[in-house]
Amino acid sequence: MLWIAIRMLTGDSQKFYGLLFGIAFSTLLITQQMTIFVNLVERGASGVYNAPEAEVWVMDPVSRTTDVSYAMPSTALDKVRSVPGVEWAVPHLRAQANVRTADGDLEGVAVIGVDDATLIGLPKRMATGDKNVLFAPDTVVIDDVGVTRLFSNGASPLGERLELNDQRAVIRGIADAIPSFTSTVVLYTRYSNALNFVPGTRNRLSFVLVGISPGQTAEGVAARIEKETGLKAETRKEFARAGVDFIIQNTGIPTNFGITVFLGFVVGVAIVGLTFSLFLRDNIKQFGALKAIGVTNSRIVQMVGVQAGLVGMIGYSLGVVGTVAFIKGFGSNPFFKGFYIPWQIPLISLAAVVVILAITGFIAIRSVLRTEPAAVFR
Amino acid sequence: MDTTSIGGCAPEAAICARGITRDFEAGQTTIRVLHGIDTDIRSGELTYVVGESGSGKTTLISIMCGILYPTEGEVKVFGTDIYKLTDTELVNFRLKNIGFIFQQYNLIPSIDAAANAAVPLIAQGVPLAEARERAKVLLDKLNIGNQADKLPRQLSGGQQQRVAIARALVHEPRLVVCDEPTAALDARSGRRVMDLLREVAVAPDRACIIVTHDNRIFDLADRIIVLEDGRITHDGTEMPDDH
Ligand SMILES: Nc1ncnc2c1ncn2[C@@H]1O[C@H](COP(=O)(O)OP(=O)(O)O)[C@@H](O)[C@H]1O
Ligand SMILES: [Mg+2]
Repeated sequence: MLWIAIRMLTGDSQKFYGLLFGIAFSTLLITQQMTIFVNLVERGASGVYNAPEAEVWVMDPVSRTTDVSYAMPSTALDKVRSVPGVEWAVPHLRAQANVRTADGDLEGVAVIGVDDATLIGLPKRMATGDKNVLFAPDTVVIDDVGVTRLFSNGASPLGERLELNDQRAVIRGIADAIPSFTSTVVLYTRYSNALNFVPGTRNRLSFVLVGISPGQTAEGVAARIEKETGLKAETRKEFARAGVDFIIQNTGIPTNFGITVFLGFVVGVAIVGLTFSLFLRDNIKQFGALKAIGVTNSRIVQMVGVQAGLVGMIGYSLGVVGTVAFIKGFGSNPFFKGFYIPWQIPLISLAAVVVILAITGFIAIRSVLRTEPAAVFR
Repeated sequence: MDTTSIGGCAPEAAICARGITRDFEAGQTTIRVLHGIDTDIRSGELTYVVGESGSGKTTLISIMCGILYPTEGEVKVFGTDIYKLTDTELVNFRLKNIGFIFQQYNLIPSIDAAANAAVPLIAQGVPLAEARERAKVLLDKLNIGNQADKLPRQLSGGQQQRVAIARALVHEPRLVVCDEPTAALDARSGRRVMDLLREVAVAPDRACIIVTHDNRIFDLADRIIVLEDGRITHDGTEMPDDH
């Protein structure tokens, strides 16, 4: 009978494809939108991920994220260094600035000053050039997504001069960095250079990046730093989380994506529900005949269940494959750099598909179950 | 009063119906469509149920074949009091014992003729290949063996009806019911279908009930039951003279 159920469904190709489309469309919309959402809000933590050596971030108590910070007096660095359990501590400067490009355009950039001696604070890898170029005078390293914004004509930025706060800066390398939430151009330079590149105020030290001694935990060291210095200290994980939370709380993104995901669900229910009901209604005479001949209601439920399961499996697979193709297809687009599909998301869309089919199947099947077998003689 | 004792049931009766009434709700009022039907249907006979439109023929055979509950009365089919069975038992009883020929055939459009004819076997759990083979034997007998692999829409109306007949007989039921098989057909085709049914459906250990008001084919019946306004007004081997 299940063979008959499948043939009934696939034989009606119009409705079969309609159902597949509905499920695939919902899956695609839900999976793709949630993937973009997760990856986008994770960009709120890009500043943390781009400084992989730092195990603890120390900041002024009012600072919230890598991009929302209040500078500390430079004495903070020595205070942190004297806390037991701190293996090393380096200064880290983050500031906004405007650059004038060779074409005369003005572009807002983030200037990040990394430790003069160790270069801690740079992203893990360089896309072009070596980290050591930073030791040359007036050198900046630009992030790869920033290249596409500042040099949209495709020309190599290496050797290009920029004007930063009336200072000359030369691009001598490209960092392989995770883009920030706003995809702002990022210029990395040594801390001492950065002090010149951003307009001066009394306090300039945005963060102190800390490495912990062997045998210590990041949580323990962070707590000790807070206690002994009165500054705020967060582990890498906590601070990344703070960046994500900041995006979630301060942008309309969760609502917008939430609405789209919900719409994907509703559209799925609508398309699948309508098509499924039409399909069963078209076959109501056949189901009635089966009931008269001697097929029990529970068998009918199984038949419809198999039909729903088949549509769900194929439609869902198409939707997930579509999302993967989408993410892969746009992989070279800087907006999608580093995008991945967290494993939870396909599970969530699978659950959504199951719910869609359960709701619509339940509604559609009622008419079949209510059909009197005696109706076949009418 | 014990209804089983009314008139008694002959042990060899295929169907024994006693005191059958059936009411339908029509808005506020209740309409009684059958008024206390008592009748036996015998195996080995072709029984016609005839009467004017609205006289209750369809209601009566629906009750006799276990697809419509009577308001009162009881029906024994091959000795089983079918309306005392549970729902599932009743469905399985039909699957095993009864073959249906529906006026609209109700074939499944996306499976071929052999599979359509094999549906009762498939529902009984017979493996698909075996069920199809058995259905093909019957399609051969009905002269459409060469159409076994075709979908219903590739068949003519007459061929579809033969597939429907094959489906009613494939599991060798002991009771075959058929509501107005010739209503949509012209005289010659109607006659041919009835000849065919007589030939393939009637068997010594099988009862066959056909509802019709087609007076051109009355001569084929072994027995004719006439219904008028929900009552049996005639029961014999031939039509009464006034019809
Ligand atoms: N499900 C139903 N609901 C209400 N009235 C019905 C129903 N089925 C049949 N009837 C009524 O019962 C009467 C007999 O119907 P039926 O048994 O179909 O007659 P026949 O088959 O002889 O034409 C008709 O008046 C019809 O309107
Ligand atoms: Mg009728």
